[in-house]
Amino acid sequence: MLTLYARRRLINYLSLGISVLAMAFGLFWLGWILWTLLQNGLPGLSAVVFTQMTPPPGSNGGLLNAIFGSLMMTAVGTLIGTPIGILAGTYLAEFGQRGWLAPITRFINDVLLSAPSIVIGMFIYEIYITRVKHFSGWGGALALSILVIPVVIRTTENMLRLIPNTLREAAAALGAPQWKVINFVTLRAARAGIITGILLAVARISGETAPLLFTALNNQFWNNDMDKPMANLPVVIFQFAMSPYEDWHNLAWAGALLITFSVLTLNIVARVLFRQQATNH
Amino acid sequence: MGAEKTTTPKLLVRDLNFFYGEYRALKDINLTIPEKMVTAFIGPSGCGKSTLLRTFNRMYQLYPKQKATGEIILDGDNILDKKQDLNTLRAKIGMVFQKPTPFPMSIHDNIAFGVKLYENLNRRDMDERVEWALKKAALWNEVKDKLKQSGTGLSGGQQQRLCIARAIAVKPQVLLLDEPTSALDPISTAHIEKLIDELKEDFTIVIVTHNMQQAARVSDYTAYMYLGDLIEFGDTSTVFTNPKRKETEDYITGRFG
Repeated sequence: MLTLYARRRLINYLSLGISVLAMAFGLFWLGWILWTLLQNGLPGLSAVVFTQMTPPPGSNGGLLNAIFGSLMMTAVGTLIGTPIGILAGTYLAEFGQRGWLAPITRFINDVLLSAPSIVIGMFIYEIYITRVKHFSGWGGALALSILVIPVVIRTTENMLRLIPNTLREAAAALGAPQWKVINFVTLRAARAGIITGILLAVARISGETAPLLFTALNNQFWNNDMDKPMANLPVVIFQFAMSPYEDWHNLAWAGALLITFSVLTLNIVARVLFRQQATNH
Repeated sequence: MGAEKTTTPKLLVRDLNFFYGEYRALKDINLTIPEKMVTAFIGPSGCGKSTLLRTFNRMYQLYPKQKATGEIILDGDNILDKKQDLNTLRAKIGMVFQKPTPFPMSIHDNIAFGVKLYENLNRRDMDERVEWALKKAALWNEVKDKLKQSGTGLSGGQQQRLCIARAIAVKPQVLLLDEPTSALDPISTAHIEKLIDELKEDFTIVIVTHNMQQAARVSDYTAYMYLGDLIEFGDTSTVFTNPKRKETEDYITGRFG
C-alpha cells in the first residue's frame, strides 16, 4: 500500500510523462518537416533565386517574379482586409452586447473563418474574374483579403474583450463620449494584441494556394501590373513540384523554404508582441 | 470631527429606487450629502452602497438592463432626468474606482485626457494643470521626472493617486470614491486617507468602504446600508459611538457582516 504522498507523486510523474510524450510526438513532425525543407531547399537557395525570373524547363532561373507577386498580393490583401476586420471586431466587442445583429455577424464570421480557401477562390473567380475576363493580381488580393477579414475580426474582438470594463468605466466617468473611450483608451490598450492578430492573418494568407489558383493564376515573366495575371510563390511551388523537371523541383523546394521561414518569423514576432500585451495587464 | 459643523447640502437623494433588470437593489433611499464633507457608505457586500454611488454619475447607463427612479438633485437639477447631459454631469462629478485604472498612455496624457474633453488649453496651461493635479494628489514629487513614461508602469498606490489626480484635474465639485484602497497595501492606504482629508477642503467626497475603521477615520458623515435599505445616516461619531438602530450597532461591533 502506497502512502498518499507517494501515490500523488506517482500520478504526477505519470501525467507529466504522458504530456511530454504527446508534445514530443507533435514536435517530431514539425521538426521533420523543417529538416526536410532545409535539406532540400537550402542547396537551391542562392542569390539567383532572388534576382532571376521563373525559368522555362531545363534552364536556370529564380523566383523573383513569384516573390514580388506574393508580397504585392499579400500586402494589398492585408491592406483591404485589416481596416474592415478591425472596425467589425470593434463593433462586436464594444457595441455587440445588445440586439440581434452582433450574434448573427459573429456566427457568419465563424463560418467564414473555417470556410475552405478554395471556395473563397471560386467565389472571387465568379464575381470578379468572370466579369473582367482575365486572371489578375487584384483578384488574388481580393481573395486573400476575404481570408484576412475573419481572422482580424476574431482577434480584435477577443483582444478588446480582454480589456477590463473598469477601464471603459473610468474613461466614461470623466465624461468621455463612447467614440473617444474606444479610440483613445480601449483600442490603444489592445493595440499589441490586435497587431498580433494582423500578423497571424498575414502568416495565414502567405501560404494560401487555392484562392490564387482561381484568381491571380501565374505568370512566367516579371509583372508589376496588378491588373494582369501575377506570379506567386504558392502556385509556382505547386506547378513546379508537379513537373517532371529537376531544376523546377529544386526551385519549388527553395520557395517552400522561403514561405515556411517567413511564416515562422511572423509567428515568432506575433508571440513576442502578444507577450508584451499580456504583461501590460 | 467633534466640533459643530455647519453644512450646506450638495446632493439631495429623494425616493431613489434602483433596478438590475427586475431586481430592486435600492429601496426608497432618502439622503442628503453635505458639501465639502466626507460621507462614507458602509454595509455588508451586496447592500447597495456601490450601486448608490454609481447613480450619482449615472455610471449604470453603460448597461442596458439597469435603471434608476426617483430624484437626485445637484445644483437644483435632477441628475436622473433624461435631459441631463451626461458629459456635463460627469465633469461635475468625478469618480475613482476600486482597482487603479490608468489609461495606456503617459502619466501626463492620463491627466490631460479628461481636461481636454472640456477645456482647450495651450501647452503651458496644460502642463500647469497637470502639475497642479499631481500636487493635489500628492504624487508630483514621485513622478515629476517621468511624466512622459507610461502610467501603467507605476506601483498600485501611485496608480491610484494618478487616478485621483486625473479625476480632480477636471475640477469637479463632487468626488466619488468606490473602495479606493481595497486593492492597496497599508502604507498606500494611509497616503490616500491623508489625501482624502486634504481634498475635502475643495471637494465634496463620497466614499464607499468595506473597512469600518476607514469610515471612522476619514468621514464626517456615515450611512449604513443593508439589503438595499438605508438603515441609518448621521454624524460619523454618533453612528459609531451611539447608533440609533440595533442593526447598525450589530454591524459596527462586528456581531455580523
